[in-house]
Amino acid sequence: MYYATRLSKHYDTNIYLKREDLNHTGSHKINNTIGQILLARELGKKRIIAETGAGQHGVATATVCALMGLECVVYMGETDVKRQMPNVLRMKMLGATVVPAMSGNRTLKDAGNEALRDWINNPETTYYLIGSVVGPHPYPDMVGRFQSIISEEIRWQLKEQRGSELPDYVMACIGGGSNAMGAFYHFLEEPAVKLIAVEAAGLGINSGETAASIAKGTVGIIQGAKTFLMQDEDGQITEPYSISAGLDYPGIGPAHAHLHETGRIKVIDATDQEALDAAFELTQLEGIIPALESAHALAGLRKIKFHSKETIVINVSGRGDKDMDTYIKHMNNR
Amino acid sequence: MNRINQLFQQKKENILSIYFTAGHPELNSTCDILQGLEKSGVDMVEIGMPFSDPLADGPVIQDSSSKALKNGMSLKVLFEQLASIRQNIQIPLLLMGYINPILQFGIENFCKKCKETGIDGVILPDLPMDEFQNHYQKYFDENDLRFIFLITPQTSAERVRMIDSVSKGFIYMVSSSSTTGAKGNIADKQVEYFNKIKAMKLNSPLVIGFGISNRETFTRACRYASGAIIGSAFVKMLAETDQWIEEIKSFINNIKN
Repeated sequence: MYYATRLSKHYDTNIYLKREDLNHTGSHKINNTIGQILLARELGKKRIIAETGAGQHGVATATVCALMGLECVVYMGETDVKRQMPNVLRMKMLGATVVPAMSGNRTLKDAGNEALRDWINNPETTYYLIGSVVGPHPYPDMVGRFQSIISEEIRWQLKEQRGSELPDYVMACIGGGSNAMGAFYHFLEEPAVKLIAVEAAGLGINSGETAASIAKGTVGIIQGAKTFLMQDEDGQITEPYSISAGLDYPGIGPAHAHLHETGRIKVIDATDQEALDAAFELTQLEGIIPALESAHALAGLRKIKFHSKETIVINVSGRGDKDMDTYIKHMNNR
Repeated sequence: MNRINQLFQQKKENILSIYFTAGHPELNSTCDILQGLEKSGVDMVEIGMPFSDPLADGPVIQDSSSKALKNGMSLKVLFEQLASIRQNIQIPLLLMGYINPILQFGIENFCKKCKETGIDGVILPDLPMDEFQNHYQKYFDENDLRFIFLITPQTSAERVRMIDSVSKGFIYMVSSSSTTGAKGNIADKQVEYFNKIKAMKLNSPLVIGFGISNRETFTRACRYASGAIIGSAFVKMLAETDQWIEEIKSFINNIKN
């Protein structure tokens, strides 16, 4: 936990950053892959498959596979292979095979479909290491538990730094929802803590080019889970869009859908542009270049009126190295 | 009596079932294909309801599904096309696809429409048995609609028994741990699994599908079950010819004789 002095001053409140970007491999994804690789080893599996959007989960999976000496195949939408090249190269250097998914919009959902098909074809040798709180049971539960270390650490580190375990707000970006679930987990039973999830509006909620599954979704079944998803009136899943490959998913973890329905979490959204602005703001005020995904959480700061005495925790789920191409393009256009 | 049950009562072996995707190769080819199949002596047909994310399918059926959707196929259009199908077609007809489009159509409405149209059964690989029993079974039973469960080499003997006890039509025995599509031949390991299931002496008839593509694999599969299903190979044939009405006959003849 890091007290963001200049950012706090800018918003006239108290902002702490949960620095998941400082994890090995550069994001929160490693929390989950370490847990699941131990399970895979216990099950005696020899081959690991994974889906990835931004490549953060792919890199985290390739890393634990290298550590354990297990074969690793990562499915990644062809669109994402192109826009997240540094992560593709990291996975290859780690010894993983990266297979471009060529169906649909060639993004995260399509990578998940290909991974599920691989698993159907290789159920005996292969363990499917899912990267978010999505997919069939028990994955949403399991991944949520492995990521719950985020909120466990927020509690004791906030106590250490501020004398109270409970902030007024916890904010996180949400695509499938693994970093948000981790950041919210140990606060779910603490009604005083407001939990804010920021989904990716893409070009705008009503633009037709969006990945805001709560704002635009209806109840349906995607990849083995009943949840909110973006679909047409015939139940065909529609293609999402976000500048952020990690949030470019037409569904949302089923537990988040439930928490949204019960009102326990509040879901807001940020456009591509708002996320980019927030990324530059954090970089220039705190010297931290966030991942585009995490930038959506930071964009939420402008959407809520905070009191100067309040404590806000923002989960910086990953670092921005992989997004430099996009940031440079944006910088040139400014 | 439901036509599926009738068929399995009358015919105990070499039942040939064909799968094709509705709306492919053309939006309005559904009824012509059905007639061609019945005339050629096919015993049962599975009509695929195309879905944007067909997880259990290999490349051929994925491709046919996305083309069918582009052509404008939907459940609403399919039921319109099939509205008077029972004036011409006598063989059992099943719908096969994924649960989400049916949920959006409305499960109750879907089952009623099936009955009105003369559909005899439904296959949904992504609807697990307990979900079916807890939430959907009553609508199927009310409309005399058979829900067909799948088993694979990964299904435990205990679960196979449970599925057998819930099944009222037949059990769809997936030939190997696989998505749909031709594999070329049947391996020894598959025969071992077929024999294991056969030895369980289940109450429900067995039909083998996935990886059955030609006369050789069909004939071999029929040694261990009441019949077999050919899907991808048939869909591929439809995709590759302009003369599909004529080709259906020779495709089926090649399998049967």
